[in-house]
Amino acid sequence: MSLRIIRPGLLTTLQDRGRYSLQHLGVVPCGPMDPVAFELANALVGNRDGEAAIEITLLGPEVEFERDALVAVCGAQFDATLAGRALPLNRPVLVAKNSVLKTGRSLLGSRAYLAVAGGIATAPVLGSRSTYLPARFGGLEGRLLRAGDNLPLIEGVASLSLKRFEKLEGKKNIADLRSVSWSAPSLTLPEREPIVIHAMEGRHYAHFDAAARRAFFDATWKVTPDSNRMGFRLAGPVLARAEALEILSEPACLGTVQVPANGLPIALMADRQTTGGYPKIAEIAAADVPRLAQLAPGGKVQFARCTLEQAGELRRVLRQRLDAALRALVWMV
Amino acid sequence: MYAEFGGTLDLELNRSLQALATAIRVRAVPWIRDVVPALCGIALYFDPFHPGLPAAVLESCRQLLEECFKSASKFEDSGRSVEVPVCYDVQFGLDLPEVSERTSISINEIIKRHVKTQHWVLMVGFSPGQPYIGGLDPKLSVPRRATPRTRMPMGAVAIANAQTAVYPYETPGGWNIIGRTPLTVFDPARDPASLFAPGDRVRFSAISRAEFEAFK
Repeated sequence: MSLRIIRPGLLTTLQDRGRYSLQHLGVVPCGPMDPVAFELANALVGNRDGEAAIEITLLGPEVEFERDALVAVCGAQFDATLAGRALPLNRPVLVAKNSVLKTGRSLLGSRAYLAVAGGIATAPVLGSRSTYLPARFGGLEGRLLRAGDNLPLIEGVASLSLKRFEKLEGKKNIADLRSVSWSAPSLTLPEREPIVIHAMEGRHYAHFDAAARRAFFDATWKVTPDSNRMGFRLAGPVLARAEALEILSEPACLGTVQVPANGLPIALMADRQTTGGYPKIAEIAAADVPRLAQLAPGGKVQFARCTLEQAGELRRVLRQRLDAALRALVWMV
Repeated sequence: MYAEFGGTLDLELNRSLQALATAIRVRAVPWIRDVVPALCGIALYFDPFHPGLPAAVLESCRQLLEECFKSASKFEDSGRSVEVPVCYDVQFGLDLPEVSERTSISINEIIKRHVKTQHWVLMVGFSPGQPYIGGLDPKLSVPRRATPRTRMPMGAVAIANAQTAVYPYETPGGWNIIGRTPLTVFDPARDPASLFAPGDRVRFSAISRAEFEAFK
């Protein structure tokens, strides 16, 4: 019972909710770059436990299903087809066995999640199926998916999928594909660039010179092509420090913006290192990290200063919107 | 959330942070995912979308730290000790000649001093299983290399300032390589996966090239 990769796409990995409680041993959680789209994709196929899904980036894969399976693609708007017909995004779709799902380029946003009922069933490593590319473990042999890979699905995926599909409300055939008349909302796609991302002053903000402190919140930054799952490198004005600062290595976090000696900031993302010795100019609000993750190389971003309290409020608002979306999808007993 | 308790490396402070981290971990607070003792502070990683996350999260963390300080003394010293065989052969210890020149201490004496002192794992981070080890003989203190290497060999034992590091992976690094261990520092399939954990005592022992090869 498996899902076969015919063409891997640009940067396709397995990710589940993440590998927690090991950061004191230098093991970063990894997990989806856009956990909001990931959670929606899983919810659309009836998965409630952060099951492993396929994260696709910019240019998606072509995959073949060995069995009937309930799937959903959620997140960036990819040009996608199933058995030659346009695949409706953000909806559950019942895939007939031996059909091929092709994803092409993303038209808006950069990352989407292909979730399958029951999840992808590779062996977990240290409690998680997330791929940890820099340390080469988790997912499938700790690497990018490639042509010919067979990803195991759960035993009985076909009957589980049919059962879940039967319970869906508003079932509808869309261009001969078995889907539904409704769809989940996109909560993280870039509306209009530059996108505005909220950030708090970082621990070392005061160590930067006045021009750098202003520039960080005034400039429009561009995501550079060497950005990856570890970090988004940002091109813009060079941020100089007021004094030479040798800091001891200390823990870093998802959304920490650190500035190495060359003065160009790096926003730390899902596969970041757990500790770092570069000064931190800012910390991105947790609610805005998934939206940043949807920017493609060349994408533009501005940082809006916020307080810890405002970051907490943004978090609560996002959680409410996500919960409302999830509640609307409760269609199973 | 990161709470800093000092700005410089202090072994005593670090040891109490290790105890504090254990005290917090045994509380098993549902919205805290990771507790990371660091060189001079402690980081609490919370789940930003946990339904039980308190509204005033910073204040809750502060309270938690205060309460756990009281119970921390119970957890002092993890009791674990790790012996790390190191081949200090110059073919592995690429920077030994330079360290010797900078410190005016002979290579043999550098090895003797590195092996002699009791070391502690102050923090594990950067890569999986990569330890920051304190307790280096102050006479061996040298700054980081002006130009970092793009690839440190796997198992490289390297020093900078007051610390020793052991590299689990081939990663870039600016520390001065004085030897190499044949041990696998991190193996996700092994239990425990990490050779080092924060708070462990560490002793280095010198092995020959032949012993190094035999280890593999």
